[in-house]
Amino acid sequence: MNSIALPARAGPPLPAEDARDARDLRADRIFRWIVAGAGMFVLVSLTAAALSMLWGGKEAFQTFGWGFFTSSDWDPVQRKFGAFVPIVGTLVSASIAMLIAVPVSFGIALFLTEVAPAWMRTPVGAAVELLAGIPSIIYGMWGLFVLAPFLAENVYPWVDENMGQWPLVGALFSGPPLGLGMLTAGLVLGIMVIPFISSVMREVFLTVPTPLKESAYALGATTSEVAWDVVLPYTRSAVIGGIFLGLGRALGETMAVTFVLGNAHELSTSLLMPGNSIAAAIANEFSEADSPIYLSSLIALGFTLFLVTFVVLSIAKFMLMQLQRKEGR
Amino acid sequence: MLNKIKLRAVALALAASFTGSLLAADVTGAGASFVYPVMSKWSADYAKTTKKRVNYQSIGSGGGIAQIKAATVDFGSSDAPLKPEELAQFGLGQFPSVIGGVVPVVNVPGLKAGAMKLDGNVLADIFLGKITMWNDPRIVAANGGVKLPAKKITVVHRSDGSGTTFNFVNYLSKVSPAWKSSVGEGTAVKWPVGIGGKGNEGVAAYVKQINGSIGYVELSYALQNKMAFTRLKNAAGKYVAPNAETFSAAAASADWANSKDFHLVMTNAPGENSWPITATNFILMYKQPKKAASAKDARDFFRWVYANGDAQAMALDYVPLPDALVQQVEAYWKANMKF
Repeated sequence: MNSIALPARAGPPLPAEDARDARDLRADRIFRWIVAGAGMFVLVSLTAAALSMLWGGKEAFQTFGWGFFTSSDWDPVQRKFGAFVPIVGTLVSASIAMLIAVPVSFGIALFLTEVAPAWMRTPVGAAVELLAGIPSIIYGMWGLFVLAPFLAENVYPWVDENMGQWPLVGALFSGPPLGLGMLTAGLVLGIMVIPFISSVMREVFLTVPTPLKESAYALGATTSEVAWDVVLPYTRSAVIGGIFLGLGRALGETMAVTFVLGNAHELSTSLLMPGNSIAAAIANEFSEADSPIYLSSLIALGFTLFLVTFVVLSIAKFMLMQLQRKEGR
Repeated sequence: MLNKIKLRAVALALAASFTGSLLAADVTGAGASFVYPVMSKWSADYAKTTKKRVNYQSIGSGGGIAQIKAATVDFGSSDAPLKPEELAQFGLGQFPSVIGGVVPVVNVPGLKAGAMKLDGNVLADIFLGKITMWNDPRIVAANGGVKLPAKKITVVHRSDGSGTTFNFVNYLSKVSPAWKSSVGEGTAVKWPVGIGGKGNEGVAAYVKQINGSIGYVELSYALQNKMAFTRLKNAAGKYVAPNAETFSAAAASADWANSKDFHLVMTNAPGENSWPITATNFILMYKQPKKAASAKDARDFFRWVYANGDAQAMALDYVPLPDALVQQVEAYWKANMKF
């Protein structure tokens, strides 16, 4: 801004101006340091957290080796610990959550940007963002006291009776209708991450240039065609970014899952049966872990969650890169 | 700017309340959540009469043991007693504070509190997953006359480590060899079947919700939530209901005199009228503390509790120590805690 409209001035610069230049330079330097510091802070704290968890879990990794990741034994009395059940539980509950959250969020975002009348957009958008601010323990309590009994009485008996007979996937849906378990946890998680994904989607859908959409409409495209063929391709990478933000949250969610997952270190094919997740196991057992190897195993579990999240997000990043290459960007 | 001022005010207020509470507390203790309700009542009443404060942090038995070993508190508290060797290693002493009990609770339609009778072996086999139906012949046999539904049993246990679990599985280990060999005892165990609820309230919530379930909670949770507790067959072969009378009978019949450092888990106590899963909370203190003055204050607090705390304990469904046991604790103090 300052560079425009400054008249050229002859003669030596005024001393006052000299001082201002120096001050600007210094301010700029300080600003750079502050910003760089903020950037480095993330890296440093990330590495520090990973390393300290690795260090804390050292004893468990040394004792159990790779078996820590593949063993489904979790026996505090015999002091044998394996993370397989919680790893599976974390991945399965997060997958169920994404299966529910992604289509619903997509619908919410499209409705708010393309379909809803203008007067509705702001209040509904605000409501969605408000949902994101609800503490997870509230979702957990709602899941336990409202959703689980409802499912146990009205939904799961039907699921067990009908879907339990399906070929191939039947085993996933047969079991006693407890109301608690993997499927309930996935449902609650799905509802929890919807606001995260849908608010990102809404923001990026709003960035689609109106002329693009209007041209499509002018060519006779329907709303759904505009959504699929114009809005989505234009915003694809940002949409996937939003999905993985939600996935990251689903993987690490603790309180809500603890309430409805059933917290049993058991491997079961049925989604109606209780299971365990990494974050829930740590939250449950940390305060009373009474032997060093127990404590170390829980910290190692924390490191495992770190790894799982890292791997999942890396795959996402990789997929995104492939996609961008295909588009020739 | 306004936000900054607000933030600073909040920070100041926090700091003030923090230092305030630190200065005001003459004695600090930490440990089992089981005694937290009665500890806070006692310390409030104690502060009223003596102007001295006792600050008790309910962080769990494991945390309490760790804190007293690190000497960051004046006393620790644990639901499981420490072994005399471990106490000697850290120079700690140990004595019981108050008595409570663990009760099995069931959710079987039409069954009222105290209507179901179980013995230890049947209870163990239910929690082992060997007995899976409520109309199992062994349950029916113990409950001659009561009609039980052909319903699947859902076991509910604790998902967190806990003194409640310790006392419950300690009892099962004592009465069932199968339990002892395949599961064992500890504040957390590898449960063969069932779902895990966090805390007494978590187990209570699950049992109330799931038809055909059985779980175990502290008596006060069973009473407050109006849950159907069961009667249990004790070591003398009698079926007893859980209440203050059967809890203190168990405490009185336990062999305290011959247990070094009060290292005794009261489960499966002898005596006609004893509740079989009666539990004591233990207080841990240094025999030669660095801060002798506050250790003395802590001991004075427990002396006051033994003399004046019975009514508060009863009101919260705990049972005070029998007089004979209090005298043994006094003798233990005299011999071991000379400060």
